[in-house]
Amino acid sequence: MAVEVENRSPADAALELHRVVKSFGPVVALRSGSLTLRSQSIHALIGENGAGKSTLVKIMAGLYRRDSGEFRLHGGDVDFTSTAQSKAAGIAVIYQEPTLFPDLSVTENIFMGRQPTNAIGRIDRRSMRQEVEQIFQRLGVALDPDRITEGLSIADQQIIEIAKAISLDASVLIMDEPTAALSGVEVERLFAVARSLRDEGRAVLFISHRFDEVFALCDTVTVMRDGAYISTTPIAETTVDELVRQMVGRDVTELFPKQTVPIGEPLLEVSGLTSPGVFHDISFNVRAGEIVALAGLVGAGRSEVARALFGVDAYREGQVRMLGETVPRRSPTHAMRAGLALVPEDRRKQGLVIESGVGSNITMAIRSRLAKFGLLTTGMENRASKEWASRLEVKAHALDTISSTLSGGNQQKVVLAKWLATHPRVLIIDEPTRGIDVGTKAEVHRLLSQLAGEGMGILMISSELPEVLGMADRVLVMREGRITAEIGRSEATSENVMFAATHATELHS
Amino acid sequence: MTTTTSIRRSGLGKAIGGVGRAREFGILIALALVVIAATAKNPNFLFSADGWRDLLLTPSILVLVAVGQAIVIITRNVDLSVGSVMGLTAYLTGRLFIDIPGIPIIVVVIAAVVFGALLGLVNGALVAFAKVPAMVITLGTLYAYRGINVLWAGSDRVNASDMPKDFLALGTAQLIGIPVLAIVALIVLAIAAWYMRNTRAGREYYAIGSDPAAAELYGLKVTRRLLTAFVLSGALAGLAGVFYAARYGSVSSQAGAGWELDAVGAAVIGGIAITGGVGSVWGAAIGAMLLMTINRALPILGIQDFWQRAVVGALIIGAIVLDRLLAVRQKRRLIEARDES
Repeated sequence: MAVEVENRSPADAALELHRVVKSFGPVVALRSGSLTLRSQSIHALIGENGAGKSTLVKIMAGLYRRDSGEFRLHGGDVDFTSTAQSKAAGIAVIYQEPTLFPDLSVTENIFMGRQPTNAIGRIDRRSMRQEVEQIFQRLGVALDPDRITEGLSIADQQIIEIAKAISLDASVLIMDEPTAALSGVEVERLFAVARSLRDEGRAVLFISHRFDEVFALCDTVTVMRDGAYISTTPIAETTVDELVRQMVGRDVTELFPKQTVPIGEPLLEVSGLTSPGVFHDISFNVRAGEIVALAGLVGAGRSEVARALFGVDAYREGQVRMLGETVPRRSPTHAMRAGLALVPEDRRKQGLVIESGVGSNITMAIRSRLAKFGLLTTGMENRASKEWASRLEVKAHALDTISSTLSGGNQQKVVLAKWLATHPRVLIIDEPTRGIDVGTKAEVHRLLSQLAGEGMGILMISSELPEVLGMADRVLVMREGRITAEIGRSEATSENVMFAATHATELHS
Repeated sequence: MTTTTSIRRSGLGKAIGGVGRAREFGILIALALVVIAATAKNPNFLFSADGWRDLLLTPSILVLVAVGQAIVIITRNVDLSVGSVMGLTAYLTGRLFIDIPGIPIIVVVIAAVVFGALLGLVNGALVAFAKVPAMVITLGTLYAYRGINVLWAGSDRVNASDMPKDFLALGTAQLIGIPVLAIVALIVLAIAAWYMRNTRAGREYYAIGSDPAAAELYGLKVTRRLLTAFVLSGALAGLAGVFYAARYGSVSSQAGAGWELDAVGAAVIGGIAITGGVGSVWGAAIGAMLLMTINRALPILGIQDFWQRAVVGALIIGAIVLDRLLAVRQKRRLIEARDES
């Protein structure tokens, strides 16, 4: 790669993105992304879920190609079409969960594809090993270069990725939420490594949701919101409050047609639900006619709680009751019978038989009820599914249209119809509007509001603050497996929800 | 901050590196037991000129095919067409001697290997470019190649009298008491083992089989490596076809039928993980020897025909269960070691 690496002073930009745009079909993931990384500096990138950070990272890594905008590396324009090109240009990305070859040794993982060889192509194992030992010594980590990587902790796997970056002599290191799965000691070790990489003259980008880490480690910080650049400030000149304001500061539009309905009796009661390492002491209830939002960052354990309630995953302690009756653990069948329904986040994998028709998808959960003498005809399926398909305005040519050909919004409606056909008392819905267009979003919101009006209790997991604030009667905020705040509709603001989602201290309980 | 400047060199890393070798050693012991048992029953099994020759000669052909198969399985694929490739190249060998009188033996060998490589290339191209699972593709070419063979040979067969005496002599010739074919197989095996262990290509086969998605992320040339793996498997099956013609002297259109399963079985018994990424060609070769030797030993040990196939089946299942148990135990040990540190 012909870039001038020499004569660079700390003031020169190592990497520069300017007004970068990226969309996937009708969904715009990045409206205007800008970022400047300098050598000998650790730069933080923060923003809510869906702010466009990951898209930006993937453009730098060569996984995505930008639609427009400028991308410069050490002053020269670049346009990567593959990860190999990005790597060759000196950009290394350390992901939250590294991808390694589990059956091969640590050393082989670091050098795979570019092992030093002699004249007849024999791999020089000794020099490979020596280099790894040197790198590990410099990083101050005790890791056996000869062991296979199967069974290594996430922290150690990240160290291998970092060692790879060092041995490649990468000038730009991008760490995408590297601390999410690390313990305190491991975070300290990672920070020490990041600082020594900075002091060697590399540019480091650190993506994190934890403000304490950003303030402890970074020199400058860039905030993104809704796929666009908001600000870049030296860390010494800003505060947590200010950053939070920039992250969420937008109008909560009246896109959300929430009706006010009388709130009834508690339907779902959860007490002391605990699954070690996943979530702890989760207690809350959902009443008739109420929409309860479960807010928090990705990885806070919200979906895991939903799966446990519905009986998909096990939990060690605690109790789930529907209308006063205990719901047996680990049995979705019993949960359904008790009147629970779960619309999962990943529709394609968990909610929809993608190669099946719309009609049979809708009747999937009520088959045994529908069947006569164990037989089920297409006619019976169609009659049952027609009602819901038309009520939800599923835009499909016919009920036997294959579900994979529908748009994301219509797929979501099919999954919803499937669960609504079971006539649940409480609907758990995970990220109801992820990846669907604005128009359908509003339709889904209207439908949820209408269902609550009919006396259904709704538990809505959402990472989109406007949706949470606009739809919920009550907001529960989760952080690292615990409920850190419970905020009523009238008190909930972007700031206090975001604060509870990112901060260790409980201020708004 | 845990600043430990010395590298921890626990016995664990070494022990795990040794697991693979221990696995091959186990198969070697099993082989020795079979030979000892058969020899105890009938000393001629080992201590006669014929017995000694057969012990080394019979597995030689399967060793070649199994080595090729091992390379393909290590990449998390499988080549079910090797038996048909072998049949075609064996018939080609015979035809060349008949149709071109006086053709040098070495030319015939090269022609058979190149032909096998081309058939392997077809497999590899279909797998690498069409992205169809190798199991399906090579099951298709298993039938297709056999069909071509039947079409070409008809009810015709190549007999010993059609081939030159020098060539047939190769099938039984010995050098310092070791059959020539066994020596050739050993040389091929040693080269393949070196290639798999010491070259970038060799290591990348393991990487691709260990995690295909990671291989793409690393920017490895996955397509090229898969093509090469199938070409190697085809070429080795081609060489095995020549061996077959020399050893048995008679080639019909059904030569080599069923060998693909023996080759997969040999690789699995020898410790090649069917899910890729683990094992060595040495293991596959020892697995091939064990398989062929058991086939010869069981009748001597007085075990009925009926049970012989069942014994081979039990061996394959046993090997897979053993590997699974070892893998689970190793994973548990690694996680325990992690939690302790």
